[in-house]
Amino acid sequence: MASFWTFVWPLIVIVAAIVAIIIPVLIGVAYLTYAERKVMSAMQRRQGPALVGPLGLLQPVADGLKLFGKEMVIPSGANPGVFLFAPFLTFVLSLVAWAVMPFGAHLVLSNINVGILYLYAISSLGVYGTIMAGWASNSRYAFLGGLRSAAQMVSYEVSMGLIMVTVLLCTGSFNLSEIVLAQQTVWFAVPLFPMFVIFFISILAETNRAPFDLPEGEAELVGGFFTEYSCMNFALFMLGEYSNMILMSAIAVVLFLGGWLPPLNFGPFAPIVNLVPGPIWFALKIAFVLFFFIWMRAAFPRYRYDQLMRLGWKIFLPFTLLWVIVTASALEIFGWLPAVVP
Amino acid sequence: MTAVVDTQEEETPIKTYTVNVGPQHPAAHGVLRLVAEMAGEVVERADPHIGLLHRGTEKLIEYKSYLQAMPYMDRLDYCAPMAMEHVFVLGVEKLLGIKVPPRAQYIRVLYAEISRLMNHLLCITTGALDVGATTPALWGFEEREKLMEYSERVSGARMHANYFRVGGVALDLPAGLSEDIYSFTETYPKYIDDLDALLTNNRIFKQRTVDIGVVSKEQALAWGMSGPMLRGSGVPWDLRKSQPYDAYDQMDFDVPVGLTNDCWARYLVRMEEMRQSVKIIRQCLEKMPDGPVRTDDHKVTPPKRGEMKRSMEALIHHFKLYTEGFHVPAGETYTAVEAPKGELGIYFIADGTNRPYRCHIRSPGFAHLSALAFMSKGHMLADVVAMIASLDIVFGEIDR
Repeated sequence: MASFWTFVWPLIVIVAAIVAIIIPVLIGVAYLTYAERKVMSAMQRRQGPALVGPLGLLQPVADGLKLFGKEMVIPSGANPGVFLFAPFLTFVLSLVAWAVMPFGAHLVLSNINVGILYLYAISSLGVYGTIMAGWASNSRYAFLGGLRSAAQMVSYEVSMGLIMVTVLLCTGSFNLSEIVLAQQTVWFAVPLFPMFVIFFISILAETNRAPFDLPEGEAELVGGFFTEYSCMNFALFMLGEYSNMILMSAIAVVLFLGGWLPPLNFGPFAPIVNLVPGPIWFALKIAFVLFFFIWMRAAFPRYRYDQLMRLGWKIFLPFTLLWVIVTASALEIFGWLPAVVP
Repeated sequence: MTAVVDTQEEETPIKTYTVNVGPQHPAAHGVLRLVAEMAGEVVERADPHIGLLHRGTEKLIEYKSYLQAMPYMDRLDYCAPMAMEHVFVLGVEKLLGIKVPPRAQYIRVLYAEISRLMNHLLCITTGALDVGATTPALWGFEEREKLMEYSERVSGARMHANYFRVGGVALDLPAGLSEDIYSFTETYPKYIDDLDALLTNNRIFKQRTVDIGVVSKEQALAWGMSGPMLRGSGVPWDLRKSQPYDAYDQMDFDVPVGLTNDCWARYLVRMEEMRQSVKIIRQCLEKMPDGPVRTDDHKVTPPKRGEMKRSMEALIHHFKLYTEGFHVPAGETYTAVEAPKGELGIYFIADGTNRPYRCHIRSPGFAHLSALAFMSKGHMLADVVAMIASLDIVFGEIDR
């Protein structure tokens, strides 16, 4: 009997931990859609959702219920297996990445020593959901959208990887908690500011958000790769997209904005800011980055496909590559290289 | 489905595939059906199909008296309805040979310019929406709503005003409207500045419009372009200047001309035209004389209500006007105005009865849309969307 519990007990703990992570993430996703509509409406001199619940706070719930009640349409020319699997894949991939995210000191589901590689791998896999959806729909709009999206995600992955390398050079560890702890004196957004800006732009492209939202460029491609989707399949894509936004913001916070560490953590401010627990700071910083996501969408037109590619390959890639060399040289010359954490 | 390149020795042409853009498409500006032949993302051939909004306006007008035909004009270019009415009344007045009192002329110019603002607001902001900028559209529609309100206050309808009449306008401006429009002209330039900040200075917007949809001066003339399309290609041609109608000869305004012949130039021309329109609206309000708003020829305009109660002749005029309508002497005319989209012409053949024998409407959008085929060749699909936006097409007037 004891042996039974030794197996089952950790399983229960892990499932509980997963639920404790996924539920807040999903609620965050729901209210991110609400926040997006509210923030954009404020920028566009209109009200935004205001009727369902006080201040429209139940709008995400209403949206979800509406999508549940819709009929699932599978186009006659579509490949049903792949067609149904694609939104599922997108959604799942956007959730599994949270496994290694450090929400606070020692507050992480799986503190693996190659956390950042895991994140990079998972976010790269995200492209499969899009390209499968585009291909399986058997529609030209969706197909063009899927192709654009695949090319775009792959292109910006490259410079994102190089940006991660610069951060790794400064920390000497692949572990996300170690990366956060390395920022105790100064957040990497300060010394690596250009990298932070490029990283932010890259995650905009990676999550297909404006001004890089051309996979779903509604002006020419109607809905892009999810043109043919309806009902819960569509909802899964939306959930996946917004959950990816939160995830990417979280990565940006971990790499550049000191993760769960409080801001102004010095001198007279230190006792005050430390009153607030780390996970709260982490969430606030994510919200801050997400605000910029929404702001960009309200402010900018959309890039054209070739312009986006040019920006990714001809500007960001050389620049990040140069910056990796500059950072590495500076660390080597001044002897600032961190001790490698085993 | 994809562009397939054969790897064998001999040159195999890239297989193109067709994408049907519209008629149910968010970027098609109405019911444009564009059959695009694509090689990857590049458009090899774009074939605009028209006729999905054909309502037979010209034929219908042949069966209506001149007064009854007016509301059809509103429904041509429903983005700038009063500009459409303007050409109709000018054409009929030319055939009748009647003079319009100065106050009516000023009111017409005032509302023609308000229509121009309404049209350009829609064109620029939805054009921005087509290249992905959402905010200008929402800001613009708020301003546009104010303009529609002015239309409503003067005619009772936000869009299909049916306000201009042969021989003047239907009613005088209600009390307080001039002041409100004047205060609008004071706040509106600030909105144009905001739009400037959001679009003109935006590098992405420039990247999406500069060198896109280039129409040379010769091409523009050869394809019969007019309005901002022609001026965007560097031809300083504006009917308000070259053959002024109504009170335009008393207005002081400039005609902006583009330098680069592309979507960007046309965008800038429209922005500047909005500023000039505000200037004209102000001058109209400042200089507007008092007096009647309809000609006193009661064969074409109804008599005053009070007169009808006293005078038998007035009552007969009223009855005849609203049953039979007025007779227009035989003759023909081509009359054109500078509508917001370009030269809007109307060709009447009158045969002396109360209905036109033939009415042909020359819509600027038709000529512009036909140019889309050569403009879009070799551009990307996303550029075609930007071009359609800069053509400023509305299917109400193209299909008629």
